[in-house]
Amino acid sequence: MVISGVALLAICTLMGAFLGDLLGVALGVKANVGGVGIAMFLLIAMRLWLTRRGLLTAPVKFGVEFWGALYIPIVVAMAAQQNVVVAARSGPLVLIAGIAAVLVCFGTVALISRIGTKGETMDEIEARAGGQLARLGETV
Amino acid sequence: MEVLTHAFLANGLLAAFAIVGLVMWLSNAISKRLFFGRIHGSAIAIVIGLAAAFAAGLWTGGEKGVVDIPLFAGIGLMGGAMLRDFAIVATAFEVDVSQARKAGAIGAVALTLGTILPFIVGSVLAVAFGYTDAVSITTIGAGAVTYIVGPVTGAALGANSAVIALSIATGVFKAVLVMIGTPIVAKMIGLDNPRSAMVFGGLMGTVSGVSGGLAATDRRLVPYGALTATFHTGLGCLVAPSVLYLIVRAIAGG
Repeated sequence: MVISGVALLAICTLMGAFLGDLLGVALGVKANVGGVGIAMFLLIAMRLWLTRRGLLTAPVKFGVEFWGALYIPIVVAMAAQQNVVVAARSGPLVLIAGIAAVLVCFGTVALISRIGTKGETMDEIEARAGGQLARLGETV
Repeated sequence: MEVLTHAFLANGLLAAFAIVGLVMWLSNAISKRLFFGRIHGSAIAIVIGLAAAFAAGLWTGGEKGVVDIPLFAGIGLMGGAMLRDFAIVATAFEVDVSQARKAGAIGAVALTLGTILPFIVGSVLAVAFGYTDAVSITTIGAGAVTYIVGPVTGAALGANSAVIALSIATGVFKAVLVMIGTPIVAKMIGLDNPRSAMVFGGLMGTVSGVSGGLAATDRRLVPYGALTATFHTGLGCLVAPSVLYLIVRAIAGG
């Protein structure tokens, strides 16, 4: 049933919110501590459990994935209701923080890529696979 | 006109679906025709959302962007905390754990660094720009991780809307930079194999930024980058309002 998927998602989200609040109280913070993150890992765990038992039917998947597909539109709606006028007054912060974060991350990718053995490049993998498209799992 | 207004007011959430749907369609068209897919439609749509909130804020003098206009009140429900968290959690369902195991230790290292490094950059800059309270510093730092982690953290900690808007804008700007910048720096940072693509996905985070950037670099690298990037938001939403906030609070106080 589709509703089972929606219910599964709702239960995981509610459990996450509850555990996040509980963690907040335990830590003496007046906040929901990591509730969304907890809920996401609960859902991943539930998916594994259902798959193992063969209970992950197409309608159940649809009930969850439908909401996942609405995620960007919902984020757009969220963006449209922020106090952007006030935020715009500290405009340079956005630009500087964005650029700095990206530069630091690019630099770290370069660093990590150079540490350890260099993996095969996509071109090499494809050449070895005899022109067939390299699939995830065969080459890693 | 009055009848139309009434229909919109009585069906606020449905009106929001219709409006946001049109915005998404428009953004995808702009992405395809104006930017040839270089900049993802999703990033354009979020920028349109922020711009609309800006215009509405100027017009109404209110604090809640387009929601202060009665006709668009339904957007408040659609983009409110409840449906937002619901949809974000749902995205975790697409994560394939057995695939993720293949990313292994290197992916975990990249993910951790990809969360902590931008957070430090964002928080330090927030302090430099005069923010002193731990909640605002954490929210802006989280925004530098991704445009989802920022508002989720802000909402969880009770940050004010202006700070949340800043964190979204920072995250979106970062995503756009990743999309545009990746093909340019790809050679320099060794982005030509699955391993570095997974490192890249874990470090850069934003799925739209990573998939857009990698698609423009080498289409075959996209699944590897997206694999680690999908964990990025979950990890950020978990640690930013908890461990990272507590650390910031211990340093900044209050």
